[in-house]
Amino acid sequence: MAIKGKSNTPLKLGLLLLLCPLLLWLVLLVILPQLTMLNISLQERVAPRIYEYGLSNYIEFFTEPLYWNTFLRTAVMSIIATILTLIIAFPISYYIAKMLRGRAKGLLLVLCLVPFWVSELVRTYGWMILLRESGVISSFLQYIGFTEGPIEFLYTDATIMLGLVYSSMLFMVVPLTSTLESLDDSYIEAGYDLGGNGLSVFWHIIVPHAKPAIVSGCIVVFMLTLGNYLTPILLGGKSSLWFTEQIFTQFITRFNWQQGSAFGVLLLSISSLIVWLGLKLSRQSFSKVMS
Amino acid sequence: MQISNCKSLIAVGFTLCITAQSVNAETLRLLTWGGYAPKTVVDMFKAETGIDVEVTKSNNEDMIAKLSATRGGGFDLAQPSQDRIASAQAEFNIYKPIDLSKIDKSLFVASMLDSTLQSSIYDGKSYGVPHIWGTSGLIVNSEKAADVKDYTDLCNDAYMGKVTYRLKRPTLIAFAFSMGLDPFAAYNDPAEYEKIMLKVQDKLISCKGNVKAYWSGGDAMKNLMRTDETVAAMAWDAGGWQLHDDNQAINFIAPTSGALGWIDAFVIPRKSKNESAAYKWINFVMQPKIAAMITDAAGNFTASKGADEFVNAPLRAKYQSSFDTASIDNIKWYPPVPAGLEMIEGKVLDRVKAAK
Repeated sequence: MAIKGKSNTPLKLGLLLLLCPLLLWLVLLVILPQLTMLNISLQERVAPRIYEYGLSNYIEFFTEPLYWNTFLRTAVMSIIATILTLIIAFPISYYIAKMLRGRAKGLLLVLCLVPFWVSELVRTYGWMILLRESGVISSFLQYIGFTEGPIEFLYTDATIMLGLVYSSMLFMVVPLTSTLESLDDSYIEAGYDLGGNGLSVFWHIIVPHAKPAIVSGCIVVFMLTLGNYLTPILLGGKSSLWFTEQIFTQFITRFNWQQGSAFGVLLLSISSLIVWLGLKLSRQSFSKVMS
Repeated sequence: MQISNCKSLIAVGFTLCITAQSVNAETLRLLTWGGYAPKTVVDMFKAETGIDVEVTKSNNEDMIAKLSATRGGGFDLAQPSQDRIASAQAEFNIYKPIDLSKIDKSLFVASMLDSTLQSSIYDGKSYGVPHIWGTSGLIVNSEKAADVKDYTDLCNDAYMGKVTYRLKRPTLIAFAFSMGLDPFAAYNDPAEYEKIMLKVQDKLISCKGNVKAYWSGGDAMKNLMRTDETVAAMAWDAGGWQLHDDNQAINFIAPTSGALGWIDAFVIPRKSKNESAAYKWINFVMQPKIAAMITDAAGNFTASKGADEFVNAPLRAKYQSSFDTASIDNIKWYPPVPAGLEMIEGKVLDRVKAAK
C-alpha cells in the first residue's frame, strides 16, 4: 500500500500542476466573479452606506414592466437576429464548402474574416458613416436624384438588426463551413440518384448532417447578440433599449451596483434557459453540439 | 549556480521595480473633464514642480462610479460638480475632507470658494473647492430654429426629429423649470419632487419624436449641430461658443426660464496617494494666468480671482453675447443633491428611454 501510494504521488502532483492553469482560470476568472455578483445582487440599500440581504432587486425586475419588457425585446430581437444570420450564412457556407475548390475557397473565408481584424467599435462607426443622414448612402441617393432630401437610415430597429447580423456572421459561417466540408459528396449524389429533388436532398441529407453546427452556431450567435452592447447603442439611438445597456446604466450612471448585479445574474440565467430550451426543441445535446 | 542566478535575477527585478517606482513616485493622477488639464499647463506644472500629471477624462457619473468601485482609490485628485459631492460622500465614503491650510485662499473668488465649501459639507466637514463654472442652456441654429427660446420650445412640432439633448438629470431639471415648476425648492421633499419628475417624464415622452438622438459626449452633439442633422440642442455654453466659431448662425443662448449653473470642484479621493501634489496642482492652476489658459482650452471661466482679464477677447465677447445682466441673474445654480433623489430621477430617465 505504502509503495503504491508513493508511486502515485508524483503522478497526482503532475496532474494537479497541469490542471492548475485551468482551475485558476475557472475559479478566479469565472466562478468567483459570478459568486461576488450574486452576493452583491442580494443586497438592498436601506440607508446611505447600510445594506441588508434581501430579494428586492430581483422583485424590482419582475414588478417594473420597463425592465422585463426590455429583456423580452432584447431576447426576441436576438432570436430574430440569430435566425436571419443562419438564413444568410447557410448558402454562403454551402458555397464555400461545396462549390469552391482551392484558392477561391481560402480567399472567400479570409474575406469573411477580414472585417474582424478591426475592432467592433470601428466596424460600427463604419456603418454609422454609411448610414447617417449626412452619410455616404444618403448623399449618393441624393446625387443620383433618387430622393430630394437626406434620408436617415440610422436609429431604427432595422439598423440594429443589420449591425447585429453583420457582426455575428462569422461565428455562423465558420462552424457551418467546416461541418459541411465533412459531408461526403457521394451522399448528396446518392440522394439525387434515389429520386430526390433539391429540396428533399437539402432537408433529409444536408440539414441533418449540419445540425450540430447549426445549433452550435446559433448558440454562439444568440449569446453574442444578447450580450452585445456597442451595436444596439450606437446604431439604435434614442429607442435602442438593450438589456446590457440597462445593466451598464445601473452600474455607471445610477451607482446602483446591487440592481445592476441582479440584472446580470438574471441575464445569465434566463439566457441559459433559452439556450437549454433551444437544445431541447432541436433534440441536440450540449456536449454533442460543442464537440 | 542556477539558484543564485535566479536570485540575482529576482534581485535585479526588484531593484528595477523600486527604481521604476521612485521615478514614478511624483505623479498626480487626475480624474477630470476634457479640456480642464490642457497639455501646456501640464508641461508647465512638470517644469515647475517635477511632478507628472496623468490625466483621465471623465464625467460626473463616471467619476463617482470609478471612485466607488475602488472605495476612493486609483486617483489623487478628482473634479466632480459641487452639487454632487456631499451625496456621493454620504453614500460611498470616497473623499477626504479638504485641508484649507494647504490652499492659497487668496487665489479664489471669495464668494465662490465659500459657496462650494458650504455646499460640499458632509458631517460638518467640507470636501470641495471650486475650479471651473459654466452653464447649460440652449444651442440654437438661428437660421433654422430662430423661435427656440426655452427648453420646452424644443418640443415644437416644427422640429420633428431635429433636436438633441442628453438623457440625464440636468435635462429633467431644465424641463421642470421651463414648465414653470421649481425642482430645487422640492429637493428636500422627495414626494413633491417625484410629482414634479413625473410631469417632466410625460413631457419628455411626448417630446421624444422631436429628438434625433440623445447625445452622450460633447463631440457627438457638436457633430449633429455641425452637419445640420439637428437645429437646436440642450447643451453646455462652451460647446455652443465653439460651434459659433465654425458656423456664425449657431450660438449658445440662455433660455428664458434660466440657464442652469454648475461649478466643477476639486476633491481629494479618500485613498489619494499623493495629496501634496494634489494641493500643489490646485494652487498652481488657480493662478490667474494659468487659469486663463485653462479657460481658453475648456471654454469656461474659472473661480480664480483676476483671471478674467487674461482671457482672450473673443471668448469674453461670446460670453457677453449669450448673457446679458438679466440672464446672469436668472442663472439657476444647482444646490447640493440630497442622497436618494437620483433614484427617482433614474427611474424617470429609464421610462423616457423605454417609451416609444
